Formats: sequence, structure tokens, C-alpha cells
Amino acid sequence: MEQLLIAFVVGGLICVVGQLLMDLTRMTPAHVMSSLVVVGVVLDGLGLYDPLIDFAGAGATVPITSFGHALYHGAWAEAETHGLIGIITGIFEVPSAGISAAIVFGFLGSLVFKPKG
Amino acid sequence: MAERTKQIKFQLNRETYSKETAAYKPKKNVLWNSLKAFLVGGFICMLGQLIANFYMMYFNFTERSAGNPTVATLIFIAVLLTGFGVYDVLGQFAGAGSAVPVTGFANSVAAAAIEHRSEGYVLGVAGNMFKLAGAVIVYGVVASFVVVLIKKLIVG
Repeated sequence: MEQLLIAFVVGGLICVVGQLLMDLTRMTPAHVMSSLVVVGVVLDGLGLYDPLIDFAGAGATVPITSFGHALYHGAWAEAETHGLIGIITGIFEVPSAGISAAIVFGFLGSLVFKPKG
Repeated sequence: MAERTKQIKFQLNRETYSKETAAYKPKKNVLWNSLKAFLVGGFICMLGQLIANFYMMYFNFTERSAGNPTVATLIFIAVLLTGFGVYDVLGQFAGAGSAVPVTGFANSVAAAAIEHRSEGYVLGVAGNMFKLAGAVIVYGVVASFVVVLIKKLIVG
């Protein structure tokens, strides 16, 4: 129960950061999402994102920042074992779930649903 | 005639334009928008936590490895909601609260795919699927490349 509350608060706060970027600057949602992904990458590079996941669970894995974290993780792990070429081979290793699911379900969705309005 | 257009151009420069339209712009309520984003975004993450707990309990995932199946499940739900037109309504209300979670990423993919269906399955659906999500992937990949490279050169 406590875990759910922490996920709620941390995830909600990350969304507030996105909302403030949209309201206070003139960023579009696409700009906000791209920026937050980069933030996720940088935080993970500094070793700060994993502790956040341990603390907040889905509050840290569900926001788009975790996509940056996943990209960085795969790239770093492969770079450790195979050197610099590992960055290229490893970058999509971890975020596969998100990208594959979005492609497959998105495509199937376009077969089933018709555009609204 | 030429003089006339010149005059209109002069009157509509950047400064006077923003001054004249200021009264008609919709006012942004930053606090209320943030609250809505907090509540909806928090709710989506809480839902994610429930799904993660389910995977940890029944499929032997750990706290960290449960993230991937959770994300995939949320994406599936988001695509369904997008197809039924629910997610767009939610997005109008919640702003970043529905855009920032991974469900917003899925929504952008599914919405673009469904919207461009009439242009065919190759050029329409497949070609437009990553119109918005592509930006996220490009910046994420490039940033990861740069950060890993820098870290590798410093730490070794």
C-alpha cells in the first residue's frame, strides 16, 4: 500500500515537471517528452536513476524518463563488455519491451480501430 | 496598393501583435494544470505499480525486472484506450499527466497509426507511426550514445 502511494507521488511529480515545462516555456508535448528522455539518460549516467527506481518502483519506471534510463543501461552494459562498439549494439537491448510493444500493438490497433471525428 | 500592404505589415509587427492578442489568449492556470497532471500521472504510475506487483507475485519478476512487462502491459492498455477515443479525452484534461508516462508514448504511436490508415498500410500507418515518438527515440539514443561515450572516456 505504501509502495502504491510512493509510486503515485513520485510519478505524479515527474508529470508536474513536464506540465510546468509546457506551461511556463512554450514547449510542445513532443519537446517535453524528448527533453525528459534526455534527463533520464543523464540521471542514469550519473548513477541516480537506479536508486530512484528502488525507491519509487513504477513511479520511476512508468514515466518516459525511464525510457532514457533503459537506453543508457543497455548501451553501458555492452560498452563494458565489448568496448565502444558495444554502445551501438547494446542501446536497444533493454528498452526493447517498450518499443516492440508500441510497434506491434500500435499496428494491430490501426487494423482494428477507425479514426475518430 | 503596395503602400497599403506595407502599412499593414508595419502595424502587425511582433510587438503590437502580442499586445493586441493578449486579451484574447486563453489564460493558463499553471497551478490547476499542475494539479491535474499530478493526479492523472500519479494514478497511471500507481496502476503501473499494481501491474508490477502482479508480475512480481505470479511470474517471479524482481523489483527491477518487473519494469519491462509492466511497460508493455501499460502500452497495450493505452493503445486500446486510444482506439476507443478515451485517451485523447484524458489528454485534454490531464496535459502532461497523460503525455509523460509511457502510455503517452504509446498513445502517440497508436494515434498516428490509426489516423493515417486511409493513406495505406505502408506509407500511412507504418510511415507515420513514429512521427512524434520518433523524436523521443532519436534524442534518447543520441543522448545515451554521448553520455556513455563521455563516461567511458572519463571512467575508462
